[in-house]
Amino acid sequence: MSKHLITSAMRALGAGAVVLLGGCSMEVLSPKGDIGEQERTLILIALGLMMLVAVPVIILTLVFAWRYRASNTKATYAPKWAHSTAIEVVVWAIPAIIVTILAVLAWRTSHSLDPYKPLESQAKPVHVEVVAMDWKWLFIYPDYGVATVNELAFPTDVPVNFSITSDSVMNSFFIPQLGSQIYAMTGMTTKLHLIAREPGTYAGLSANYSGAGFSDMHFKAIATSEQGFADWIKQAKAAPQSLTAEVYQALSKPSEKTPVTYYANVPATLFDDIVNKYMAAPHEEGAAMHEGMHMSADHTMSADGMHMAGMPMSTTEKAKASE
Amino acid sequence: MFGKLSLDAVPYHEPIIMGTLAIIVLGGIAVLAAITRYGKWGYLWKEWFTSVDHKRIGVMYIIMALVMLLRGFADAIMMRLQQALASNDAAGYLPPHHYDQIFTAHGVIMIFFMAMPFIIGLMNIIVPLQIGARDVAYPFLNSLSFWLSAVGVILIMLSMFVGDFAATGWLAYPPLSELGYSPTVGVDYYIWALQISGLGTTLTGINFIVTILRMRAPGMSLMQMPVFTWTALVANVLIVAAFPVLTATLALLTADRYLDMHFFTNELGGNAMMYINLIWVWGHPEVYILILPCFGAFSEIISTFSGKPLFGYKSMVYATVSIGVLSFMVWLHHFFTMGSGANVNAFFGIMTMIISVPTGVKLFNWLFTMYRGRIRFTAPVYWTIGFMVTFVIGGVTGVLMAVPAADFVLHNSLFLIAHFHNVIIGGVVFGCIAAMNFWFPKAFGFTLNEKLGKASFWCWLVGFYLAFMPVYVLGFKGMTRRMNHYANPEWHPYLVVAFIGAVVIMAGIALTVLQLAVSIKDRKKNLDLTGDPWGGRTLEWSTSSPPPFYNFAHVPKITSLEHYWDEKESGKAAQVGRYEDIHMPRNTGAGVIIAGFGFLLTFGLVWHIWWLAIIGLAGMIGTFIARSYDRDVDYYVSAKEVERIESAHFTQMKEVA
Ligand code: HEM
Ligand SMILES: [Cu+2]
Ligand SMILES: [Cu+2]
Repeated sequence: MSKHLITSAMRALGAGAVVLLGGCSMEVLSPKGDIGEQERTLILIALGLMMLVAVPVIILTLVFAWRYRASNTKATYAPKWAHSTAIEVVVWAIPAIIVTILAVLAWRTSHSLDPYKPLESQAKPVHVEVVAMDWKWLFIYPDYGVATVNELAFPTDVPVNFSITSDSVMNSFFIPQLGSQIYAMTGMTTKLHLIAREPGTYAGLSANYSGAGFSDMHFKAIATSEQGFADWIKQAKAAPQSLTAEVYQALSKPSEKTPVTYYANVPATLFDDIVNKYMAAPHEEGAAMHEGMHMSADHTMSADGMHMAGMPMSTTEKAKASE
Repeated sequence: MFGKLSLDAVPYHEPIIMGTLAIIVLGGIAVLAAITRYGKWGYLWKEWFTSVDHKRIGVMYIIMALVMLLRGFADAIMMRLQQALASNDAAGYLPPHHYDQIFTAHGVIMIFFMAMPFIIGLMNIIVPLQIGARDVAYPFLNSLSFWLSAVGVILIMLSMFVGDFAATGWLAYPPLSELGYSPTVGVDYYIWALQISGLGTTLTGINFIVTILRMRAPGMSLMQMPVFTWTALVANVLIVAAFPVLTATLALLTADRYLDMHFFTNELGGNAMMYINLIWVWGHPEVYILILPCFGAFSEIISTFSGKPLFGYKSMVYATVSIGVLSFMVWLHHFFTMGSGANVNAFFGIMTMIISVPTGVKLFNWLFTMYRGRIRFTAPVYWTIGFMVTFVIGGVTGVLMAVPAADFVLHNSLFLIAHFHNVIIGGVVFGCIAAMNFWFPKAFGFTLNEKLGKASFWCWLVGFYLAFMPVYVLGFKGMTRRMNHYANPEWHPYLVVAFIGAVVIMAGIALTVLQLAVSIKDRKKNLDLTGDPWGGRTLEWSTSSPPPFYNFAHVPKITSLEHYWDEKESGKAAQVGRYEDIHMPRNTGAGVIIAGFGFLLTFGLVWHIWWLAIIGLAGMIGTFIARSYDRDVDYYVSAKEVERIESAHFTQMKEVA
């Protein structure tokens, strides 16, 4: 009987939480892929753990304040009492225990959800090279020789490996419903691995302010079937425009609300060239400093110094910047 | 001749700015006229502007902070209105060019010119009194610090009307803040406003460390210092350790912008990540510089009004010191998404969580201070309890974002905005206002109106929850910070509620202003004749309100942690001895003059008016040298004069008793 009561109470609570957190479509809390899924679980577990301490503290604050109000002369008054070793041990221990548990969780998930870590899957991953520009996103599909502006597509259940850079100021590449974001920075490549489990069109955006056109710097991320993806690529390949040096030059000028555009015929080295044009040859320390800054060699710098005619490049002989 | 400055720099075509300018000019003229009409210029100059009295300097800091709170809040509500309007990709009423300056100015003003002056003002008024000192270690330097900060305020206010302000976000990340992307003088205003006020802050830090370490009343060991003084000591150590990093970082950015260097540019091997690391090496300790003294104030308030000593004083001190030390080891939590690698992220995440342990201990200690107390529900106690509840929530969301993998989806979102407003309003703003209500009678000799104080509290509390709980939700709904407009109509209702919350906060601010006005008007009814209106426990309550300019006729000999309380208990508090001459520093105009030249220097640098900058620099150095040759910097107050002032106070006390 009481057991039944407890289970139904639990169920009601659970339903309430779902309505509160997932029901009114909270993108981050209703993820559509593995990474986002795990991050949502992590957030809820961490919040739950902390609530174990936070809620009693809030309640105790209100209870003590009420109980020991000056007008309540019935309550005990201990005007000299200011120390108790037992209590102090406990008040150091409680937060320490919670933090220890959280620390283990943080350590594990930092590794398991490391954006640089390739996802395990039977399927062959799709590679996308992402360039943040003023103020739009360029997506290059090196395996297909096509590129798009402000629209991204990939099949569901297939890992997507992103290599990300910027041809302007710093941005952050983020599709809230799929999980992690990562910075896009000039002269270097950051990596992100995501996977979608449900077909749909998800909002993508820049999460790092980058100037006047920043608010319109969003894109559509389309998760679709294998067939849908193949069709999408076909459509891009049929685009009238090629992404030549001149076209790229024009594209890289600041613009806002840039419409979705497809480009067929994208030079294979475009992405590396964009990264490398900022790596100045005379300053070998640049790369060295970069390594030092990160305290780990997780960052990959583009290695070959090939370049595209017409691009402002100071790095002709720049080879092997690092690793 | 005038560098980049020309008449085009004034934004005539911007109605909002010109309207503000008109109000400020008219208001300014009214104030100046009133001062002239009542012949108060001499009084202001002699008694305030040139004062080296820590109490007066503290009051000037807090007035500046309150004025800047109004400006910072005006920015805030403009942003809230814009986001409440600009749904479905509507343009709203503020174009990005304007909006982006506003969020930058709001952040900069609230942190550097509202919260910092408030904290430094409180430390100025209270710390010397709490340790039984007659002034700070370097009174002239203290005056100089204040006036240098004031120059920062003037620059940032001026930037609205002459030129523009940075549109880069409050930390001015390169490469966006580099000349290539921010060619106007906005970032230069930012740099020089922070540099000159930062110089003032650093000098304050040195001043207070020396004051607290060297000028405590005889017998007061470190472990007998009141908790507010402890938190002030740690905050000032953090200032001295962190602010030079800010100075150096901004100097490198300056070199990029003025000397064609490439420390943080995209070209020639420059690397913006260096800046982001450095600025947060300063930035994280900065938040503890702000919050620690507020923790101190809450501790004093809760113990005074519970009628009990603070629970776990030693724990409190250790917690404060360990927070101070740890605050230098967590900066990377501001950019887990830079791709530093799992080990690095995990390390900084865990260090951040460890800080929450001493912070949690503090909360428990306040709880157990209330436990078995007799809590008198005055306005400062309202603010304190509001803080305790609100800060727990802010702490939880902060620790959540310290988990790197959780931060990957929360970073730079409105969840982050809600988190730091949660701790900074719930902690720093509530702390400053609580402290203002608590120590106001000490500084001015009359208490503040309780009813209006409590009304203000309720507006702030309710307004805060209305304004920022929807913002947490928006973070979960994938909305990022610094958006001028947005396409997603689902965000709109939340932003409307947030705007309403801001309006309620506005009522809270108005009530605080009203509280001050009404209290000043009714001051005769609320006089504090004893110097100890709350049944205080620490030394500042042992002297009259307001204290005589020399603070203490007799420097007390400290025998216990709650020396003054114990003396009161044993009936020894009001004993009079023989008076002696007191050695005091003389007022000096050097601080104002140096800061005046500092304004010429920084304004010249902003606009590339090199001759003006040279005059400014030469004037600053020249005045400083002249001042150091001035031998007439102190004097003695005769024992007779001291006796006259003291017996007046004792007569007053007897009348009350
Ligand atoms: C009093 C009520 C306040 C309101 C309604 C308010 C509102 C806001 C809003 C709307 C933003 C922009 C959020 C966005 O980027 O989308 C913001 C940013 C910010 N606020 Fe406040 N704020 C308040 C008080 C404060 C206080 C007291 C402080 C600090 C002492 C503060 C510090 C900041 C900072 C540092 C930023 C970030 C600016 C940036 O993006 O560069 N705010 N605030
Ligand atoms: Cu990097
Ligand atoms: Cu931090």
